[in-house]
Amino acid sequence: MTGLTGLTGRVRRWYGAHPLHLLALLAAFTLAGYAVRAVVTAGQWRGFAVWFVVAIVAHDLLLFPMYSLADLSVRRLLPPSTSSPPSPPGPPVINYLRIPVAFSLLLLVVWFPLILGLSAGTYHRASGLTAQPYLWRWLAVTGALFLASAASYAVALRRASARGRARKAALAAERGR
Amino acid sequence: MPYDIVTGQPSGCASASILASFRIMTGKATRRGRPRRDDRGGTPLGRMTELLSPRALVSRLLSHPPPGPFRPSTWRSPLRGLWLTSVLGLVLLGGLAVMAVTGLASYASYNPRLPGNDQTPGGHLLKFYLFSWPTDPAWLYRVNQGIHVTLGLALLPVVLTKLWSVLPRLFSWPPVRSAAQALERLSLVMIVGGVLFEFATGILNIQNFYVFPFSFYTAHLYGAWVFIAGLVTHVILKFPHLRAGLRSRSLRRELRTPLSATQPEAPDPAGLRAVAPAAPTISRRGLLAAVAGGSLTLAALVAGQSIGGWTRRTALFAPRGLSAAQSGDLPVNRTAATIGLTDADVGPAYRLVLVGARQVSLTREQVAALPQRSAVLPIACVEGWSVAARWSGVALTDLARLAGVNHPGGAFVESIERKGPFRTADLSAAQVNDPRSMLALRVNGADLPRDHGYPARTVIPDAPGVHNTKWVNKITFTEQA
Repeated sequence: MTGLTGLTGRVRRWYGAHPLHLLALLAAFTLAGYAVRAVVTAGQWRGFAVWFVVAIVAHDLLLFPMYSLADLSVRRLLPPSTSSPPSPPGPPVINYLRIPVAFSLLLLVVWFPLILGLSAGTYHRASGLTAQPYLWRWLAVTGALFLASAASYAVALRRASARGRARKAALAAERGR
Repeated sequence: MPYDIVTGQPSGCASASILASFRIMTGKATRRGRPRRDDRGGTPLGRMTELLSPRALVSRLLSHPPPGPFRPSTWRSPLRGLWLTSVLGLVLLGGLAVMAVTGLASYASYNPRLPGNDQTPGGHLLKFYLFSWPTDPAWLYRVNQGIHVTLGLALLPVVLTKLWSVLPRLFSWPPVRSAAQALERLSLVMIVGGVLFEFATGILNIQNFYVFPFSFYTAHLYGAWVFIAGLVTHVILKFPHLRAGLRSRSLRRELRTPLSATQPEAPDPAGLRAVAPAAPTISRRGLLAAVAGGSLTLAALVAGQSIGGWTRRTALFAPRGLSAAQSGDLPVNRTAATIGLTDADVGPAYRLVLVGARQVSLTREQVAALPQRSAVLPIACVEGWSVAARWSGVALTDLARLAGVNHPGGAFVESIERKGPFRTADLSAAQVNDPRSMLALRVNGADLPRDHGYPARTVIPDAPGVHNTKWVNKITFTEQA
């Protein structure tokens, strides 16, 4: 028993975690390695590996910085919500921009081959259909999203100003007393 | 504290720990029991040597992150934290489990053990679970694929938000603190790369955007196994954090907390919360609502191609949604023009050849003169779309008997189509013997359109669309062993 705990302790010191941690990871690498071997057998490992790495790089070092920077820049352009009229502060306008933009871009990220007609040829050969309508549908949905967002912003503004008037009236009544 | 080194510590002790492991790794751990010497008392030359020694340089580098994303202060979002990551992780855990099950079932539906069917050579041990794919209930394949594709799309916003919530960890400094942490970071390639790879290949494939330099079947299947390996391990290693995260805040309370009352989460050992959070611009419930809304939007604009009926008209972005509904036809995934079907192929010279104990050759008229059956069966594609239709034709068992095979154990169906991975299909005993399995001549009360396989096609309940072979000109039946 002490031998076992001694071994555990030594592995911990050398490895930096419980031996089971190492075992779990080795099991995962073995399974993944076996799956990759099948891709090697199929003679397709090069493209497979490249796409795995490109997927990570494209998301972590391209997509993520791009949307973060876009969000940051728009926020810098907008007046800070705490000091801006209408006073008292209304709902932050940023989210009424973020949501429709995010939804619209989400649809584009998923359906860009059809929206931009990049797969129009293979799509037509497969389905007998044309990819033409997808761009218009995306534009229409994007328009509808912005319209809905603008409408809900207007409602929120109205509510905020009504609340502000009520507060002002209450303040005035208190002062008058 | 089983994973303290792996999941990170307060930055103060990071350099000491990395130095320790560095010493261990470089084998310089001999006689290092004593505390480090204070070098301020040494000679200037000694001090210089000490400062410029490789170990001191490495230690300095490791304790001073380079500017930019490697500095924890860069990450300001007040919403990042263990609770948010745990909630998103839990949703993904459930969703991706369904994706794995429906995906592996989808592979089984091809009956890849039959010699003519396997699109993905190798990996025999990963095919341990395969079973003879059933033909009943007839909606099984349709529902399986509809869930796989629609849920996959709906999970994309969750995946992206989950990655956003943990992205600062990619730049944690020092990059490696111990062998355990190095190995665990390496394993993240399987899970982050895997999830992005699977989503990308799936999403491109349903739009017929074949830009990848590999077979979709091979890559999506084995990519899934790489991902599953990473995911299972990740869940095991992170489970204590997941549980602690979920317990750290009440979901019900979060859903009632507006922006004005939104506070950053408590700091967590994993270091997900920003060290200096900015003022929030959206509430936690607002973020969750946006993610859920994105998921619902993606699902709602595609689900109609699987559900059918009037909902097909709501499937604005589905590859066989509104567009297919407008063309007033059943969707297809290979047109007659694409395979180069000629008038001669389907004219009077057309013969259906049946091979078994004897060989029979029939004209289309002769096939039409055989006893006809009719059944409402869905045609469903691996890409997620499906539609039910009334098919009528000759039962496969009747055709087997014509070829002198009374108890068929399987059938090999061939098409006029000259090339392509799905010009043939190997059918199992269960598929041939199902009374609804037929060589169809008509659909919805009319002769098959050419795009749907005129002169004749097989229709097999629950078989993937491509195994409902179109333009059939030969069927070889084998007697049950």
